[in-house]
Amino acid sequence: MLSYLLKQPPAPPSGDKRWKLVGATMRRYGYESYALIETMHAVQEAFGFLDEEALRFVAASLRVPLSRVYGVATFYHYFTLKPQGRHTCVLCTGTACYIKGSSKNLAAVEDKYKIKPGDTTKDDNLSLLTARCLGSCGLAPAGVFDGEVVAKLTPDLVMGRIARWMP
Amino acid sequence: MTPEELNKLAATTRKHQQQFAHQINVCVGTGCQSSGSAAVLEALTGEVKKTGAQSSCLVRGSGCRGMCASGPLLSVDPEGVLYGPVTVEDAPDLVRSLSEGKLTRLVCESDSPFFTRQCRVVLENAGRIDPERIQDYIAMEGYSALARVVTEMSPGEVLEEITRSGLRGRGGAGYPTGLKWSTVAKARSEQKYVICNGDEGDPGAFMDRSVMEDDPHRIIEGMAIAAYAVGAKQGYIYVRAEYPLAIKRLKNALAQAKRDGFLGDGICGSSFSFTVDLRLGAGAFVCGEETALIASVEGRRGMPRPRPPYPAVAGLWGKPTLINNVETFGNIQSIIRKGADWFATIGTERSKGTKVFALTGRVANSGLIEVPMGITLREIVYEIGGGIPEGRRCKGVQTGGPSGGCIPEALLDRPVDYESLAELGSIMGSGGMIVIDETSCMVDVAKYFMEFCMTESCGKCVPCRTGTSQMHDLLHKITEGEASLDDLDLLQELCEVVRNTSLCGLGQSAPNPVLSTLRYFKDEYMAHIVDKQCPAGVCQMRHAVEV
Repeated sequence: MLSYLLKQPPAPPSGDKRWKLVGATMRRYGYESYALIETMHAVQEAFGFLDEEALRFVAASLRVPLSRVYGVATFYHYFTLKPQGRHTCVLCTGTACYIKGSSKNLAAVEDKYKIKPGDTTKDDNLSLLTARCLGSCGLAPAGVFDGEVVAKLTPDLVMGRIARWMP
Repeated sequence: MTPEELNKLAATTRKHQQQFAHQINVCVGTGCQSSGSAAVLEALTGEVKKTGAQSSCLVRGSGCRGMCASGPLLSVDPEGVLYGPVTVEDAPDLVRSLSEGKLTRLVCESDSPFFTRQCRVVLENAGRIDPERIQDYIAMEGYSALARVVTEMSPGEVLEEITRSGLRGRGGAGYPTGLKWSTVAKARSEQKYVICNGDEGDPGAFMDRSVMEDDPHRIIEGMAIAAYAVGAKQGYIYVRAEYPLAIKRLKNALAQAKRDGFLGDGICGSSFSFTVDLRLGAGAFVCGEETALIASVEGRRGMPRPRPPYPAVAGLWGKPTLINNVETFGNIQSIIRKGADWFATIGTERSKGTKVFALTGRVANSGLIEVPMGITLREIVYEIGGGIPEGRRCKGVQTGGPSGGCIPEALLDRPVDYESLAELGSIMGSGGMIVIDETSCMVDVAKYFMEFCMTESCGKCVPCRTGTSQMHDLLHKITEGEASLDDLDLLQELCEVVRNTSLCGLGQSAPNPVLSTLRYFKDEYMAHIVDKQCPAGVCQMRHAVEV
């Protein structure tokens, strides 16, 4: 709390209203350095990913070295430094899904759209991601299409879902 | 809220619920929601209103019944009829069935072994209460244990009760809970912390998620009792960011508990104060390790540090910290409410109580189960699980995820307890149980887990960082049909080195999937290496020998 009183936090990088949400999170934790992960969650929730500008702003606001901010951002799988496409397809590769053939689903998407997990197609339309476990193991193999969990996937089902998004 | 007020509220809520001749409990857990239960709940609510039955029939969302594969599930109480899978179109028929009798075409047999062989302690309220309403929890005697603890018991008595119950940590390692609590209680410090480890990173496991989603107040009550016993004032629940529903339910439950005086200052009219904050994980398996988790709560990279000092002595911000798993905290209120002696009657000599498992893989009834310790794996797979579908042969059962091992079919008659599973080269683990049939290649399974450990290794210590990657390469070579017998020796040697020299549990247990498959399924390794064949036909051999 003291550090906050001694020095005003820097102004947000832009007038974008979403920075207010980020600022509110940091304020709630009194700009203490331990709020770093919570703050990055707030940034990612507001903007969809963490860019250099955001990392620098967070580092300056919480007064932690940029290297540490970057270290945390890259250590945790949940944070992404790249913007996502308009649609996201997350395929679970947890053990139950693996045993029930999730790799076939993944290979189908990789082959058709020539992308690897973590990539976005050139037209920014589709991001392919994998998840360690969605916790929907009873419904394996599972995936998340734009936030909607879909169960008992097959390659046809996956391709059908994605085809709906394609121009 | 004083104990008297609590009893009164519980009685009024129960009375209110009994006014309804029927209760329809629709599962709104993650599993059933992915099968569309939210729409079913809405349709039923609408249908009940339309037919004017809202005064005699209560429709509400509730927790997981366990049989996620037949979702969306719902139950009609007090008859106790279970229906599934239910669709929106079934709503009119279901509401009509309340007066006309069972809707046989949708009945899900609730007297099948899947339900009758279970023993529900931690999951006792799952599916029977609305997880978003604190009154429902209170009506099931919720918070009565906390009220009793803070008004009638001394911290020493609580410690004594937990120790006597024989409860052991449900995170996997099985450290006696009473002993852990006593260590923190003995530590001298003005500030102590209680942390609930809800970083369920083990792929194929979703027990903790279910408890957090279906009965969040149970965890808060368990933590508050623990805090009272060890002398802590601040608690944290560390949850995976990948569990949005659990986070939502916990946030809601924390606000309710605070509002009703089960958290905050002067809990239940006593002088005891305790607050709980939520902390989100960010997708790092290693954060399930307690020292890594602490680093993460402090806002740093989740990297473990050598122990001792144990967190019980120097944990969060250097203060004595009690870390228990979600399921461990879930047991506490039952132990206090029903007594240590009752708890100790369940289970085996050295492993007391029940264990929740996520039974998945090649098994007919996959889902969430809670069984008494000491039950055999065969009973779980063939009776509760209903055996292997499509007439295939069971090859083995994998417990403990990437830190555990594969137990072959021949040894399924061993009981489920901490010691027996360790003897078999596996671990109890947090509760993932994956049934593997003959369509899976054990070398490939070992490679899958090694790939997981390799990616999840935090990189702090060399044996784990480099060893897992070397072991993965060797396994890859074997599955490609390019390995020699020397490679197999090297793999075995590496397993020993990584196990003995890694810093934390992740590295120390990373070789387990390899060691256990080597122990029981060596013939499959030999087939890959010598015959250049994959018996299960999973691995694409580069140098397949023409037969």
